[in-house]
Amino acid sequence: MTLTDVPVAAPPLPQARGPLSAAVLAGLRGEGFALPPLTDADPYGDDLQLALYCCYELHYRGFAGVADEREWDPVVLTGRRELERAFLAALRRDVPAGHDVAAELDALLVEPVEPAGPSVHLQRHGDVEQFREYVAQRSLYHLKEADPQAFVIPRLSGPAKAGLVTVEHDEYGAGRAERMHEHLFARMMVALDLDPAYGRYLDATPAPALAEVTFMSLCGLHRALRGALVGQFAAVELTSSPGSRRLVEGMQRLGLSADASEFYAEHVEADAVHEQLVRRRVLAPLLAAEPALAADVVFGIRASELLAERFAGHLLESWRQGRSALRTPLHPRSAR
Amino acid sequence: MPAEPTRVLVTGEGPLLVSGPVEIELPDGGTVVSERAVTALCTCRRTRRPPFCDTSHRRRSKPQ
Ligand SMILES: [Fe+2]
Ligand SMILES: [Fe+2]
Repeated sequence: MTLTDVPVAAPPLPQARGPLSAAVLAGLRGEGFALPPLTDADPYGDDLQLALYCCYELHYRGFAGVADEREWDPVVLTGRRELERAFLAALRRDVPAGHDVAAELDALLVEPVEPAGPSVHLQRHGDVEQFREYVAQRSLYHLKEADPQAFVIPRLSGPAKAGLVTVEHDEYGAGRAERMHEHLFARMMVALDLDPAYGRYLDATPAPALAEVTFMSLCGLHRALRGALVGQFAAVELTSSPGSRRLVEGMQRLGLSADASEFYAEHVEADAVHEQLVRRRVLAPLLAAEPALAADVVFGIRASELLAERFAGHLLESWRQGRSALRTPLHPRSAR
Repeated sequence: MPAEPTRVLVTGEGPLLVSGPVEIELPDGGTVVSERAVTALCTCRRTRRPPFCDTSHRRRSKPQ
């Protein structure tokens, strides 16, 4: 597969999942934007998360049939603000506050003797269909990998900014388009007989996977949340290498091709470097320059852990019950 | 203009961090190239991707 094989067309709007997402989608279709009250909405649920996800997507690749200018339509932004407030309030309520970034990092850098979670399941027991379900949901982030974090660049200054850009540069392939992580992910999708078109699996992806991406967009798009964005970035870069190794081993166990496993193999090595850079060249200078951000860095770390645990719980519970972890099943893998 | 010296950071807890693309000679005479802006070279000898760090130096915790 070459880069030109990946379609660049904006994806279609998804199906609504309730009154909030129906209101946002109607608004984006130009049928009038009237968000109902959020009183009973589950801030982590499908309806609110899809509504928020669609508002944010206007800042990335947009949707087919939605004018690019709607990105800054005050009506959309006002509705988005309501949804964001509910999501952020839930996270602030559910995440214990702290300000000791060093202790938080130390905790992330200890590997459990008996690790658990989806990467362990996929390493030891998972089948190819479960790998495909995992990758389909993760595509909502990885086909725009590093983009939400790029929004924070102009909000930083000095050494922390230079350090963050060093890591981002690596995420974007260090000048080689074929090494961009989003491209390695697309190649993995093709190897797993998934469609690498941007946004293709939005309808199939349930709330827990959406919430991880909306959290990144929320923090990336608000300068006031720059500390939380860097915390989120750190949490991913610090924890990804061991999990990526398990996913590579799971793919090898199932006899999947190197095209399939290269994305995670790259992350074993890249994120071992990124961990060091994030701690030494991003967090250390950021907290020296803006010590008041420590509490939000901790918030970003803990909120992304909470959302990662919710996603992990959803996957493992679905698979334990022998169900699909997607909202709609994938097309079967073609015989080869 | 003399070339700038290569910067190497000895982390102590884990890998050596080497700046710039590097070519590494291995004990068996082979070479590997890393094009990264920064490369992490394993010093704890526990890595499964030698000569690169794969975070195997990390401390391990017993389950609570
Ligand atoms: Fe990456
Ligand atoms: Fe990374």
